[in-house]
Amino acid sequence: MSGKILQVKNLRVVLDQEEIIKDLTFEVEERETLIILGPNGAGKTTLLRTLMGLHRYSGKITWHTKSISYLPPQEQFQRKGLPPLSMEEFFKFKKVSAEEIMNIISAVGLDTSLLKKRFGAVSTGQFQRMLIAWALVDKPRVLLFDEPASGIDIGGQETIYSLLHRFWQEWNLTILLVTHDLNIVWEHATNVLCLNRKNLCYGHPREVITPQTLEEIYGTGIKFYEHRHK
Amino acid sequence: MEFIFALTIGLFLGGSAGYLGTLMLSQRMALVAGPLGHLTLPGIALALIFNFDVSLGAFPFVILGIFFIWLFEMNTKLPMEALTAIVFATGVAITFLFLPEEKTVPALIGDISQIGFAATLLSVLLSLLVFFVIRRIYASMILAGISEDLAESRRINLKRYHFFYLLCIALIVALGVRIVGGLMTAALVAIPACAARNVSGNLVQYSYGGILFGSLSCLLGMVVFRFTGLPIGPLIVIASTFLFLVTVFFRK
Repeated sequence: MSGKILQVKNLRVVLDQEEIIKDLTFEVEERETLIILGPNGAGKTTLLRTLMGLHRYSGKITWHTKSISYLPPQEQFQRKGLPPLSMEEFFKFKKVSAEEIMNIISAVGLDTSLLKKRFGAVSTGQFQRMLIAWALVDKPRVLLFDEPASGIDIGGQETIYSLLHRFWQEWNLTILLVTHDLNIVWEHATNVLCLNRKNLCYGHPREVITPQTLEEIYGTGIKFYEHRHK
Repeated sequence: MEFIFALTIGLFLGGSAGYLGTLMLSQRMALVAGPLGHLTLPGIALALIFNFDVSLGAFPFVILGIFFIWLFEMNTKLPMEALTAIVFATGVAITFLFLPEEKTVPALIGDISQIGFAATLLSVLLSLLVFFVIRRIYASMILAGISEDLAESRRINLKRYHFFYLLCIALIVALGVRIVGGLMTAALVAIPACAARNVSGNLVQYSYGGILFGSLSCLLGMVVFRFTGLPIGPLIVIASTFLFLVTVFFRK
């Protein structure tokens, strides 16, 4: 680890007079994968949006870099009823060269001919890989990713997470990722932040994820199977 | 000479209106120019009664209309189209309370008989201004249409861009009423954009197609006006519709 890239202290977010995040403190080291875990309505998306400056807040958020890319959940993307936008034009919104676009498309395992297709005309799995490519094309140091595998079948989910893991390793990325999936925590997290409006656990998954914490996050009835690599 | 002035205005204004229209169509706002055009009627009526420039009369009323729609939206949470209907119906009602009968037709369908050099120059300059502002905000507005979060996370100030966008709509409507009247301003932005959408395969073709079809509609309408003497506003709208129908056969 080579230093902190994000420090959050006593963060409080109130939306429509409802306290969504309460007194949250955590830090992210460079090259860390922090997974934010929690049930629906826990404030995970609000946290990412707040870190990107999209919500008002009290407390302190300190980024030690400006090179940050954010991808909202796929469901938030409007793909129907758009003007005839090609995938290539979508990438050009970032003012990057054609060569950079080609390179990143190949790096995410897609055929460059897809760039000529219309924005709404690619499959869900291809679209998600396109979004990862879009987020990475200008080579950010930090990637904030909200539910990267939502709406994708199990095989596709595996591909997305493997892809992210590969970029994390090869590009020295710092990743903040929102997910419901405990398997992803076991496989990819350097640290986990369990959120249900407030901080319920924070640290290395094997140290902080226990049956008790899960019960506290999700309520009763959560089965606990720890994933171990041999 | 008046015809040359009108043609110059038509080419520049039609192009800018078509370009703006492509953005409005992508934001599902193409029809907003219609009610806003109706809102200009009290201003046009005042201009015709007191003999000053119709665009000058129209502009404050469009701005006032946009302000009231925004104010009601903030305070009632009613849908924008419902509030637009309330505001434009009021505008039309007020107009017909005091607009003399002989001034009604020019107010509704446009009139180019009084265009001078100053009005032409101002219209061309303002049309160019609208073009450059829209070109500056175009990509960001399209990105916001895909995902507002994505746009805002790239430090795009959407509120400011939206303000400029609305101001451009107001300018095009105020300038457009001179040639097509308060009744048909929606046609200036909506029809060329629809025609462009039919025949374009990407965003560049679409946006510049809007300019081409907008200018061409005005040119065709004015040429027919020159030879027939029929009212110019409806001719431009019909020329625009004709081009749209042609594009239906070449749809991509």
